[in-house]
Amino acid sequence: MPHVVFTDNIQRHVACPPSTVGGGTVREVLDEVFSTNERARGYVLDEHGAVRKHMIVFIDGTMIRDRLSLSDPVLPDAEVYVMQALSGG
Amino acid sequence: MSDRLLAATRKGLFLIERTGRKSVPWEITGISFLAEHVIMTLPDRRDGSIYASLYHGHFGSKLHRSTDQGNTWTEIAVPSYPKQPEGEVQKDMWGRTIEWKLDRIWALEAGGRDEPGVLWCGTLPGGLFKSTDHGSSWSLVESLWNDPRRMEWMGGGADLPGIHSVCVDPRESQRVTIGVSCGGVWVTNDGGTTWDCQANGIWSAYTPPEQKENPNVQDVHRVVQCRSNPDALWAQHHNGIFRSTDRCASWQDVSHLKSVSPTSFGFAVAVHPGEANTAWFVPGVKDEHRLPADGKVVVARTRDGGATYDILRNGLPQDHAYDLTYRHGLDIDESGDRLAFGSTTGSLWVTEDQGDSWQTVSQHLPPIYCVRFV
Repeated sequence: MPHVVFTDNIQRHVACPPSTVGGGTVREVLDEVFSTNERARGYVLDEHGAVRKHMIVFIDGTMIRDRLSLSDPVLPDAEVYVMQALSGG
Repeated sequence: MSDRLLAATRKGLFLIERTGRKSVPWEITGISFLAEHVIMTLPDRRDGSIYASLYHGHFGSKLHRSTDQGNTWTEIAVPSYPKQPEGEVQKDMWGRTIEWKLDRIWALEAGGRDEPGVLWCGTLPGGLFKSTDHGSSWSLVESLWNDPRRMEWMGGGADLPGIHSVCVDPRESQRVTIGVSCGGVWVTNDGGTTWDCQANGIWSAYTPPEQKENPNVQDVHRVVQCRSNPDALWAQHHNGIFRSTDRCASWQDVSHLKSVSPTSFGFAVAVHPGEANTAWFVPGVKDEHRLPADGKVVVARTRDGGATYDILRNGLPQDHAYDLTYRHGLDIDESGDRLAFGSTTGSLWVTEDQGDSWQTVSQHLPPIYCVRFV
């Protein structure tokens, strides 16, 4: 099952411990994480579910391509890494 | 009289209290959200709660509420824009796409005393939101957002247009006046069901002549309403000072400040709660400079509805001072005797005699966005 890790920077505002969840796309994976941590959703995604302008999501070190629908596939043993851009803050 | 003051800054929310000591009459007694970008705060005098809007560059805008005077905070909902209709693209006058997304919160005000829990929130890119449950949820005021005249609005101070002033009529809570940069002054008499742009008489020096008196393009920097005489409103505009005595049906240019000051440009205005003819301003050299004239920080005060102005400088720096006061950086307490203002270079001053003399609270705070008496 995919392993999800969040940048330390976000932990100042909302706790996002590493987690192992189900899901075959970025959307499914993050939805499962946020289902038990709803507050964190708004820090990573905007009100329409797209990745915030200054946030980045990697799958096994490769940046996702679909920041709007989050449709990039996630393999069962992948690591999803959520971090903030160096711009924007 | 208020003995407590909040300053929302680039690096946190500061609580300042009156000590009663002559040597240090006001001092910083509390800090919340240290290192965070606090762009707006609202002390709700109806129930004692305090709201703070944080603008995280990466993580978006957030709202927090405290019910214990800022000792602890709870994150609450932020306004959310609805999804834009499929296939519809909105562009501003520069051709840039206006996304239906919250950029930042620019105004936060309590509803009337007869409607506990009601809050109004002005935002960039121009949406007005209302909460009826102390900010636990928000609704976009669609009547205003969907008004086709909104598409004439343009950015003023930011790329996107924004609502920076919300005045709730103390006599009738359904009457609400808002100020928009740049979109003039808008009024509702029915709690937001219908709106009208009411900036007739305000004129712009910066537009083509054909647009000079268009009420919907006016860059009103700040609008305030007199508590005891809500028909009286004051506006600090991009190119001058305007006043209305008929609840925005008409506005008069009262930029006579130019007769005693090098400038009538500025962002902030405060009106005395009991004397509609008395108002204060923090002038600066106009738009391309945004500095105090001659490096001297002054406050302008009128007591006669803008016919004449006093320039107040006792206690304010008069040598190489480059402090700029933003539109929410000046406030007056309920007595009308105490005012406070803060600057982009972290200075904060308080007066207890309507501006005749000023006391320095600090010259070393982070850039100050908003000052409000509790």
